Amino acid sequence: MSDLSQEAVDGLVAQALEAFAAANTTTELKAARLAHLGDKAPVVLANKSLGELPKEDRREAGQRIGQARAAINAAFAAREAEISAAELAQALVAERVDVTLPVEVAPAGAPHPITALMDLVSDAFVAMGWEIAEGPEAEGEWLNFDALNIGPDHPARATSDTLFIDPIDNHLLLRTHTSPVQIRSLLSRPLPVYIICPGKTYRADEFDATHVPVFHQFEGLAVDKGITLANLRGSLDRFAQAMFGDEIRTRMRPHYFPFTEPSAEVDLQCFVCHGESVGNPDKPCRTCKSEGWIEWGGCGVVNPRVLAACGIDTDVYSGFAFGMGVERTLMFRNNAADMRDMVEGDVRFSRSLKGAAR
Amino acid sequence: MRAPMSWLREYTAIPEEVSGRQLAEVLIRAGLEVETVDEVGAGVGGPITVGRILRYADEPQKNGKVIRWVQVDVGPEHNQPHPDFPQGCRELVCGAHNFTEGDLVVVSLPGSVLAGGFEISARKTYGHISDGMICAEDELGIGQDHTGIIVLPADSGLAPGDDPAQYLVLRDEVLDIDVSPDMGFCLSIRGLAREAAIGLELVYDDVVKLPTPAEKLDGYPVVLEHPDCPLFVAVRVNGINPDAPTPMWMKRRLAMSGMRSISLAVDVTNYVMLLTGQPLHGYDANALTGPIVVRKARAGEQVTTLDDTLRQLHPDDLLITDDTGPIGIAGVMGGMTTELGERTADVLIEAANFSSRSIGWTLRRHNLPSEASKRFHRGVDPAAAYSAAHLAAQLLVELAGGVLDPRETVAGAVPDVPTQIIPAELPSRILGVDVIPERVNWILRKSGVKVAADGGNLQLTPPTWRPDLRDPYDYVEEVGRKIGFDTIPSVPPIAPPGRGYTRAQRLRRAVNRAVVDAGFTEVITFPFISEQDLDQLKVPPGTEHRPLVRVANPLAETSPFLRTTLLPGLIGAVLRNTSRGNDDLALFESGSVFFARPGNPAAPIPAVDHRPSDAELAAIKAAIPSQPRHLAAILSGAWRRAGWQGAADPADWRMAFHFAEAAAGAVGLELVRSAPAESGGFHPGRCAELSAGGVVVGIAGELHPEVVAAFGLPARTAAVEIDLDALFSQAPEGGNIAAISTHPVAKEDVALVVSEDTPVGAVAAALREGAGELLESLSLFDVFTGGSVPEGKKSVAFALRFRAPDRTLTEAEAAAARDAAVAQAAARAGAELRAF
Repeated sequence: MSDLSQEAVDGLVAQALEAFAAANTTTELKAARLAHLGDKAPVVLANKSLGELPKEDRREAGQRIGQARAAINAAFAAREAEISAAELAQALVAERVDVTLPVEVAPAGAPHPITALMDLVSDAFVAMGWEIAEGPEAEGEWLNFDALNIGPDHPARATSDTLFIDPIDNHLLLRTHTSPVQIRSLLSRPLPVYIICPGKTYRADEFDATHVPVFHQFEGLAVDKGITLANLRGSLDRFAQAMFGDEIRTRMRPHYFPFTEPSAEVDLQCFVCHGESVGNPDKPCRTCKSEGWIEWGGCGVVNPRVLAACGIDTDVYSGFAFGMGVERTLMFRNNAADMRDMVEGDVRFSRSLKGAAR
Repeated sequence: MRAPMSWLREYTAIPEEVSGRQLAEVLIRAGLEVETVDEVGAGVGGPITVGRILRYADEPQKNGKVIRWVQVDVGPEHNQPHPDFPQGCRELVCGAHNFTEGDLVVVSLPGSVLAGGFEISARKTYGHISDGMICAEDELGIGQDHTGIIVLPADSGLAPGDDPAQYLVLRDEVLDIDVSPDMGFCLSIRGLAREAAIGLELVYDDVVKLPTPAEKLDGYPVVLEHPDCPLFVAVRVNGINPDAPTPMWMKRRLAMSGMRSISLAVDVTNYVMLLTGQPLHGYDANALTGPIVVRKARAGEQVTTLDDTLRQLHPDDLLITDDTGPIGIAGVMGGMTTELGERTADVLIEAANFSSRSIGWTLRRHNLPSEASKRFHRGVDPAAAYSAAHLAAQLLVELAGGVLDPRETVAGAVPDVPTQIIPAELPSRILGVDVIPERVNWILRKSGVKVAADGGNLQLTPPTWRPDLRDPYDYVEEVGRKIGFDTIPSVPPIAPPGRGYTRAQRLRRAVNRAVVDAGFTEVITFPFISEQDLDQLKVPPGTEHRPLVRVANPLAETSPFLRTTLLPGLIGAVLRNTSRGNDDLALFESGSVFFARPGNPAAPIPAVDHRPSDAELAAIKAAIPSQPRHLAAILSGAWRRAGWQGAADPADWRMAFHFAEAAAGAVGLELVRSAPAESGGFHPGRCAELSAGGVVVGIAGELHPEVVAAFGLPARTAAVEIDLDALFSQAPEGGNIAAISTHPVAKEDVALVVSEDTPVGAVAAALREGAGELLESLSLFDVFTGGSVPEGKKSVAFALRFRAPDRTLTEAEAAAARDAAVAQAAARAGAELRAF
């Protein structure tokens, strides 16, 4: 029979509180909990012995013991919270690592800047509703020259300019521009046609800082009813804006190409100085060499002879075309100094463009 | 073409305030590429004056030189008092000796600045105070000559004290213009002055004034045997003084136009060519034997051209011949035997017209770009020939005292020009800007076109100097250039709704992105290879293994073939990188490879005035080499370098499969690896053929040690090559979202003992097959040999996870599925369940 007097019960509470306070670790606290709240703890045994009390005393003694258990439980919970907080704080200090250590799981890959740029150009035109057309690099001579109004006497058809496939009489070559894709598209697609042709091209050219014999182009072609030179200009402006910012404009200078008439060279307004370096020696611009404009490519209204070779009614349809070099665009857009770096496969070249610069 | 402003001004009155730069802008708008505007003599200035030699004395010096101590009259404004000369003079030292008393010279007095910023001041030299300098051509920046000082001709009309700047053309602006192939008419002062006059809306004076007379053959006999020469004018000037000098103004114009002065007769022909655009050739009339015959070359003929080179002629070369044989290549270069010599007194001037096509091939064949061939190749105005011949003759008469022979030859005629009818609104319709018919008329007439309105149409006859005006759109361009492309508005067209990227384009992008994300760096290499590359890659010989496409005129004779594999390019990239200290490499390339068609069929060249027939197009396509797109990678060095995380992880055969699986995974495919029938350039024990959907798509693994050695690659270099077209042919379309089961997973581990040479892939495949539909995943977690595992065997342990979509699996169900898996592994791979 336990002593259920107020003093005795208070004593049990005091002992438990003292034990909890003395516990400094979760393990010690667990032992103290067993001793003061476990099945054999005095306060639990006291509770069990209530039934032995006379009926009239039970209620009062029950209340005393209930309050005592509540006090012990509350003290335990409070101490448990204190200890776990202290232990966590200790663990956080103990588990500290050097977060500046380099973390390397796999090497960082990179697309070639030329691929990335061609993708960017393609995205810009696909957003305008155009489609991407492609064709083979080893190509029929007719598709690369004759159909484009580049007649048999044209100097570009000499072996000093064009790489032919052996034997030359088989009339096969490595395409000198992506224009044969335009011919293929006009021969195979229903009109109207709005396409961009990105791809690899070949010329028997020098191999130096500004020329590579294997290079990349993107060409655009639109053939529709009522296409005008003004539409060409509009497309070039819109494209320049997509690539270089909303304020950028283009300029057309008359030129000559067999496959367009009228023909022009297209200049891009300098996207760095916006022309402010012109006649302003204090603010030179290395991107446009302080000329305000950057030579970008060729363009023009599709020569009706080209459309006729594709069986298109030139009284109903007209078109425009343009073409730019990817390497050249990369050179002025990202300050690539030497074209040879683009084909030598040095990993540092591909890795140098990061994130949005791609 | 280099054009001095002062020369252009002779034919159109360009206002003085219009600078060379401003004129350049006008010409650029007209389609001429003005590259530079040179300001000739811009730095030369100060008191530079005409002087007359009063007296001189030659004074030998200790250094062996003989200098002249000169008194020169430089006019009342500049003369200093001198006891011997009442008008006064200046005294100076001169090193040249090519003058005498009474000669007029050019004196730069102290304070003047000569070419190259050389400032003149009075200075003490050879015991005298030299009070200025007598100038040579180079010092004034008007020539290269420094053999003596300039002696002005007595008839120059100049007197001491005069400013010689105008006479010597000391200052001018010269436009350097790159003329595009369709604007041959601007390879002359005549053509450029016309464009300047149109652009500035000025009056224009055409230097070509004489109409070409009907054929007459009373001069030197000429026979035209080939239509590539439609017109040949021959005019003769007799009795010229071979010693007559080229006048200063002509020398200066030739020099500023980039031509050297040679002799008066040669200078005159060059001068008239620059002026009119009509190339002229001068013959020593007495060196010709028999009639001039213009014909194509005969087999075996040869000629020594003016550059003293013996040239073998081609049957398509057009020749000028006489009874002795070829005396020149028509329109390209004259021959040695009949050239104008130092004593030539009778000159026969040829002004002919030759087909641009014929000249083009000849100049390419002989690699002979000349001032003449450049012009003929771009097209010369046939109506200028007669006038040009007479301009040259007149200059020889005036400057060299010759006599024009009244008998002249005009063989052939000016060819007819094709007329064209265009709708009057065509320029507006194509340019996209309204150009009123009156303005179209005005523009075309200014350009020399005869315009006849005919209802809504214009009937157009181009001038003889515009062979580029042929098609309706040529006239559209002419109108466009003249209104200026900068007046064309910017109107983006509305494309019809597009379909986005094609499936192949989407898949290619996905693959590229995936392998970049997997740690690989893209490179682009030249697609040219050699047979040696293929030998070293252990590609068996024979066209069945090497259906090579050869380039007829390769960039390098050592690599004449187009690649059939991407590996040689990647190997080259590895070698270049390692030589530059980039040792840890995971490179890839995506690109076409080329396979010849059996029998190497030829492609036709259909006509271009209509769409080719389907058969012609099919024949072109059938001749073009097949060009599948490949994706390949190469690995060497470390995937992850040794560091605080642990030892180095080599970039080896494992990463080749990692690459292949990343690529395949990007298009929704899992690859199956199997032993290849032919391991080729790969290590036979460390490579696998890759297939998807039962189709072989590539090969991956470590390169064969002999391949590594042959190319000098780092040891254990690994590679992979995939045929993307084949891979994409197996890529699934669409797909279903998995039903997500919320029932618990049942995990079962199995350890199996198999023969050491049984591939883990085969065991896994058997387990997967035997486990049935309840299997959610299977993963290898251990491979080991030794210990309790018998000799020649290995233990492979897998974790299997089972789950049903509709219920919680009982232990018995999971165990049954596991047992079925093990049974299949036993049956297919000889696996025995190993007791733990």
